[in-house]
Amino acid sequence: MNWDAWLPVLVVASSLLPGLVIFFLREGNHRMRTLLNLTGAVLKLVLVSSMIWGVFHEHVYESRWTLAPGLELVLHADTLSVLFVTLSTVLWLVTTIYAIGYLENAPHRSRFFGFFSLCVSATVGLALAGNLFTFVIFYELLTLATYPLVAHRGTSEAVRGARIYLAYTLGGGMLLLIGTVWLYVLAGPTAFVEGGILGTLPADYHPQLKMIFLLLIVGLGVKAALVPLHGWLPQAMVAPAPVSALLHAVAVVKAGAFGIVRVVYDVYGVNFADQLGLLTGLGIAAAITIVYGSVMALFQDNLKKRLAYSTVSQVSYIALGTAILGPIGTIGGVVHLVHQGIMKITLFFTAGNYAETLGIHKVSEMNGVGRRMPATTLAFSIAALGMIGVPPVAGFVSKWYLGLGAMEAGMAVWVMPVLIASSVLNAAYFLPVLYRAWFREPGTAWPAEHIPAARFETNAALLWPPVVTAMLALATGLFAAAPYSPLEWATLIAHREYGL
Amino acid sequence: MLTTQILYALAGCVLLALGVRGALLHASVLLRIVAINIMGAGVFLLLIAVAYRGPGLAADPVPHALVLTGIVVAVSATALALALARRLQVERDDG
Amino acid sequence: MADTPIWLVALPLAGALAALLLPRLATAAAIVTGLLTTVAAGVLLFGVATQGALHYEIGGWTAGLGIMLRADGLSTLLLLMTALVVLAASIYASTYFRKTYERARFWPLWLLLWTSLNALLLSGDLFNIYVTLELLGLSAVALASLGGKRAAVEAALRYLLVGLLGSMLFLAGVGLIYAGYGTLDLTVLARVLEPGPVAWPALALMSSGLLLKTALFPLHFWLPPAHASAPAPVSAVLSALVVKAAFYLVLRLWLDVFANVITPASANLLGLLGAGAVLWGSWQALRAERLKLLAAYSTVAQLGYLFLFFPLLLALPAGPDRDLAAGGLAMLALTHGFAKAGLFLAIGIIQQRCGHDTIRELDGTAQHLPATTFAIALAGVALVGLPPSGAFLGKWQLLAGAVDTGQWWWLVVTVAGSLLAAAYIFRVLGHAFGHRPYPNQPVTVAREEWPALLLSAMAALVLGLAGAPVWGLLEIST
Repeated sequence: MNWDAWLPVLVVASSLLPGLVIFFLREGNHRMRTLLNLTGAVLKLVLVSSMIWGVFHEHVYESRWTLAPGLELVLHADTLSVLFVTLSTVLWLVTTIYAIGYLENAPHRSRFFGFFSLCVSATVGLALAGNLFTFVIFYELLTLATYPLVAHRGTSEAVRGARIYLAYTLGGGMLLLIGTVWLYVLAGPTAFVEGGILGTLPADYHPQLKMIFLLLIVGLGVKAALVPLHGWLPQAMVAPAPVSALLHAVAVVKAGAFGIVRVVYDVYGVNFADQLGLLTGLGIAAAITIVYGSVMALFQDNLKKRLAYSTVSQVSYIALGTAILGPIGTIGGVVHLVHQGIMKITLFFTAGNYAETLGIHKVSEMNGVGRRMPATTLAFSIAALGMIGVPPVAGFVSKWYLGLGAMEAGMAVWVMPVLIASSVLNAAYFLPVLYRAWFREPGTAWPAEHIPAARFETNAALLWPPVVTAMLALATGLFAAAPYSPLEWATLIAHREYGL
Repeated sequence: MLTTQILYALAGCVLLALGVRGALLHASVLLRIVAINIMGAGVFLLLIAVAYRGPGLAADPVPHALVLTGIVVAVSATALALALARRLQVERDDG
Repeated sequence: MADTPIWLVALPLAGALAALLLPRLATAAAIVTGLLTTVAAGVLLFGVATQGALHYEIGGWTAGLGIMLRADGLSTLLLLMTALVVLAASIYASTYFRKTYERARFWPLWLLLWTSLNALLLSGDLFNIYVTLELLGLSAVALASLGGKRAAVEAALRYLLVGLLGSMLFLAGVGLIYAGYGTLDLTVLARVLEPGPVAWPALALMSSGLLLKTALFPLHFWLPPAHASAPAPVSAVLSALVVKAAFYLVLRLWLDVFANVITPASANLLGLLGAGAVLWGSWQALRAERLKLLAAYSTVAQLGYLFLFFPLLLALPAGPDRDLAAGGLAMLALTHGFAKAGLFLAIGIIQQRCGHDTIRELDGTAQHLPATTFAIALAGVALVGLPPSGAFLGKWQLLAGAVDTGQWWWLVVTVAGSLLAAAYIFRVLGHAFGHRPYPNQPVTVAREEWPALLLSAMAALVLGLAGAPVWGLLEIST
């Protein structure tokens, strides 16, 4: 039994198999379901830790399976995969605990947790994909696994939101597929290799390669919520809070951004992409999205919608980092993948807490909630400050590297204003919320107090996840220079990409 | 004789064409069934013409086998079609 | 091992006779026959994979006067698919028909249908093809009319007349071939056929006949009413297998027998009609009010994809690229067979539980039949062509072939068709979500739901993940 070949498969299987079993569990069987969920999550964490250690020491973990002549499913663990896999695994564990608390007494829990596990399996498979073909397969599987989660509540808005989600993501998936097939016909199986493999193709392929890049980026950009492909994201807010948390922080949106990073670095190669002039276009799209998302967030009273537009804006930092030539810009973009995930999931957890405990869905209803739910609001505040870019929370580190990278690449002229404008806008739509929560007097009564104030402000399963992730956000910022921190790992990725 | 063979073959083609036209254009089910039988007759004539080997010589048995099979099939299929048409007519009269 | 081809014809025939003579034991006889025949199909596949193409001369008479059965890679794969689908549908049908007289009429015809399918796939000469085609048509029509209602009988009668028209045209073509070349054996004809005044009209006549039976747009008008009014297991087999058999014949004729005769223009014509089928069929499926009508129009569309391969196969030079495309075609055909059968069986369950299959009124039912809904979802994934279904691999080859030969319009048609398919499938699945609580048991009636689930899973998972041997098997030819 070759451990090196089995490890990637086991990492995917550790959530896939429990998920399949959960589908067949009786609805009332809470203990078994919780046990399966948590066992899978912890097992995955152990396997991923082993993978981190191995990849750091240049071990090769790879599994291959032939689906058709010339088309191989490849799971391969390199530095970038490990970054995303770790993020997914850690956040899945936390989200599972949160979801168990959130969905207490809700119907259809077996179906929910079944698809939840499938969703994480698809994300992890996507992260470990070793070539573009495998990536596309898991990308589509992710769409299929997340659709039932978005439609879960079963109301007509939920079904409608899910249909819009599907229309966008399947359309994007088709474009991605066309680009991949075209690339396959031109260049054979496109394995992900640090530094890219397309640079060696003859020059008369270049116009086609530019078209392919456009197709791939648009296809990926739907999930990554690049403007104007982001229309599904606010609609998908009808999903329960754990689903929104997962979708925004870990799974869908990150998958799109991760795909963009893969295509630029490991298929085209950042230097070749720059040579073709593709990075400028990507950078502009990212910049527009960053500003547009922040502006739209200003006008949203619904808390989840405000956070949704904030995601649209923040995830494009990753695309922006990809568009900045040079290792420092790369580090900024890649590390923001992790930092944004941790901060955004905190925000969604806290939004879910407000809704579940006090029936609060709108910013205007949040007056004085800091006194009633101090720990939750503290977590919210830490994450919000991180989004704005206040040190020492993690968000500051990413913005610093992006700014520095832009200056080194000579792109500071337009990148810096975008970064500054974005921070100002972030402050504009987060600080008033914090002010309301901490410094305003609460109204006569909360909209609907489902969970009364007891020893803790809300259920333990709802309270601890956001607190833990907020601590993580703080820690990844404070200890960014520590070994095995996301920043150190991103630096490793950048070095291997640029061959330093 | 050669001209008899061509005559049979042409007759077969004409019947085939008439049958196709009848099957496609007639509204009444019975007429369409008859038209298909005429088509069949046309094809059989064609095959019989193909089987002719020359004056005094025995004919080629393979096309004859085809014709026999075709006749059997046509009869069974016509029977089935008539049974279904009859059932439809009964239902129409009832309802 | 060498005798296996004849077992595949003799076993279902014997079963049909047993079911006819012993109506009380008909169901048991049918299931036993089904299991034995499926084993025989598996043995045949193993034999072909290890020894190459197999022949069997019935009664010891050699080709020329005798009937030769031939099994190569493609026909064996289709035979195994036929066996598995019919077996699963038989298990389903054993609970579907409640009354004894229904069962007494159903099983003999059902097994006769299977016999004719197997005989058609094993045929080695044009005459045998004609005979089995007629047998297939007659048993299919008889089964389709079993529904008893007026709509079913009308649709069955139309099916019969169209089928007869097609068969007569086919026979005329056969006569022409014999007149010109003096032989009806497929392998011999493949060598000697040349473009000329005999081959062209013969090909036209035979193709018209077969295209009527395959329901290629615009000759598809008979299919939706016939498949939608038939009983569920019959619809499953009609959509998944019977039209597939006619398509198999078109494939054999065009790519094997008349390979020297066909031109790119004629292949493009087929491709164009296929594109029409994809777009028109998908559009009509989207507008369908009833589930069975949706599934029937989906069949019209999915067959269109198969015809899109023709211009590509002709444009690609003989070699690995063409083999890849041919394998994609086979994979798409196989996946559709399993997926459509699973879909019809699942729809049958819904129809029996609520007495109707109107899509707009599905809300309650879709929720208290979770296993059935899951079967529909899996079948839907395979019909849209999403991974990990076999259809994804097939469509990949279709897209790759289109890009490779520079014929981009086929790619546009494929993508449009897939998106439309996603629209009509998810329109149905959207009704699976609602407020009713989840029942305690996910599978309610095992004998009915497991066949549907397994067939859909075969299409959506097994063929996609374990389908690589298909390409190797297709290389084995007579």
